[in-house]
Amino acid sequence: MARYLAVRLSDLVFVLFGVSVVAFLMIRLIPGDAVEIMLGANAEVTDEQIALVRQRLGLDRGLVEQYISWLGDLLRGDLGTSLWTGVPVTQEIGARIWVTVELSLLAMALSVVLAIPAGCAMAYFRSSFADYAIRIVTIAGVTVPNFWLGALLIYLFFILFPSFPTIGWVPFSEDPLGNLARLMLPTIALAVPVLASLSRIARSAMLDALGQDYIRTARAKGVPDTSVVFRHALRNALIPFVTAVGIYAGYLFGGAIVVEQVFALPGLGRLMIGAIAERNYPLVQASILLVTTAFVLINFLIDLLYAALDPRISLK
Amino acid sequence: MSAVPLSGHRRLLPRHPLVIVGGTLVALQVLLAVFAPLLAPYDPLAQSILDRMQGPSAAHWLGTDRFGRDILSRILYGYRASFAIAASAVAIALLIGGALGILSAVYRGWTDRVIMRLMDVLFAFPIILLAIGIIAILGPGAVTTAAAIGIVYIPIFARLMRGPTLVIAATEYVEGARAIGAGTGRIIVSHILPNLTSVILVQASLSLSTAILVEASLSFLGIGSQPPSPSLGRMLSEAREYLLLSPWDSVFSGLAILLASFGFNLLGDGLRDALDPRLRGAD
Repeated sequence: MARYLAVRLSDLVFVLFGVSVVAFLMIRLIPGDAVEIMLGANAEVTDEQIALVRQRLGLDRGLVEQYISWLGDLLRGDLGTSLWTGVPVTQEIGARIWVTVELSLLAMALSVVLAIPAGCAMAYFRSSFADYAIRIVTIAGVTVPNFWLGALLIYLFFILFPSFPTIGWVPFSEDPLGNLARLMLPTIALAVPVLASLSRIARSAMLDALGQDYIRTARAKGVPDTSVVFRHALRNALIPFVTAVGIYAGYLFGGAIVVEQVFALPGLGRLMIGAIAERNYPLVQASILLVTTAFVLINFLIDLLYAALDPRISLK
Repeated sequence: MSAVPLSGHRRLLPRHPLVIVGGTLVALQVLLAVFAPLLAPYDPLAQSILDRMQGPSAAHWLGTDRFGRDILSRILYGYRASFAIAASAVAIALLIGGALGILSAVYRGWTDRVIMRLMDVLFAFPIILLAIGIIAILGPGAVTTAAAIGIVYIPIFARLMRGPTLVIAATEYVEGARAIGAGTGRIIVSHILPNLTSVILVQASLSLSTAILVEASLSFLGIGSQPPSPSLGRMLSEAREYLLLSPWDSVFSGLAILLASFGFNLLGDGLRDALDPRLRGAD
């Protein structure tokens, strides 16, 4: 286990380093310089003024020097200040991130809560007709564009319940019910593809578990069906299911970018798209680093959890 | 997924119901896309303000948008763009990612470790976010969108090819080939690649399905291909602005994206069953 952990940790450090390099280079490779865009509205800008601003922001130094200085600040906990507002990027991100986190967590919770019973039911009631019907429905669920689903939900609710708040945002602290009501449709739009995928995974994990010898033994000794499904099979089926949940963490964020756009939610996705368009280097770097690090760490923890749940892994 | 050569299953393929349904759906849509210039009843860009925002009728089967453009014609041309971008993206990812995965598995050791960690770095980015960044660097347009989605998909194919290649490279017949003096290149071409055909077919089909969705998401965000070329994602994002006045444009363009992605996913799922019965229904 110690060796497994050491290898995984060194890989983790390498990946995080790689991610920071990509985040740093990506925004700098985009044509159009931040300073020119900042001063662009003003026609009276001289070259000296541009040079002055570049110097102030440290953009006149070499790339390696800029990267090392950014990394140094980062390790000291300083993520930089937004180019446009001068506010620390942590503050700008902090103002938007909870929208995205709340939306993603609600969508994940909805998917997991529904996928487990759906997967169990699909594995339990097996027939070739039911099998095909289930697969067609779940594949349709996986392939439905969530921005389309979002738009249709808005339309449907507008027709059926004209007074329902379909778009916009209020913070949970101001109006908890209004907040949840406004997040209901975005959560459904974001969750459907994940729910469909996870219920397929839950189903195949359950089928695997139900095919094991100990299930036959349990049945043979007269354990009731519900107990076989929920107490014996489900526990073991949860192991592959948990891994899949980690993979969908990344998917949820990508989906949230699009869903935030549909429902006009002031989340991190919209902040990042705006920051890329404005070449707001520190803000883009910090938010990309945050999202990718979160994804890498979630999957790292799930790997550890997996190794802890399944003793065979650590022997490899 | 274990590797099974395709040739032994060729007769089995058409019998699988999901392959038939998915394959038919895909073939139908690809034909519509290819023959769009012949089939489209109107010029997809021709505006006719008097006929704007109509529901389905005999003249306009799927109705018209806010400029009076024929929705059916725009969807047919949208399919063209969507399929061309998705197919190029998957081809790029398959060639580069597949090569990296095979090299990783054949050379192992440090080559493997470095390549796979680089893949992990790419994989750490949410797909849409990385694609947005790459398009911002390369500039907007259909070609750069295809390149961006292709790059984002590279780690998927690298990981996918590495596993089975490791298994095949350790088999006795590959050892035998090596013993009689076959070089690495020859072993890859004549022993490893043929055994990967079924894995490639299944993943290519599933990746086409998701690439269509990613392309649609990007153009929905206004980042993919640019106006005036018809694009399903952008049609939907424009139609959303007048959704409450006239939902037809939104409904049909979204349905087209769903059907395109659905067909490839069904096909991939069916192929997986047909090519490797042990994995029936697995994910």
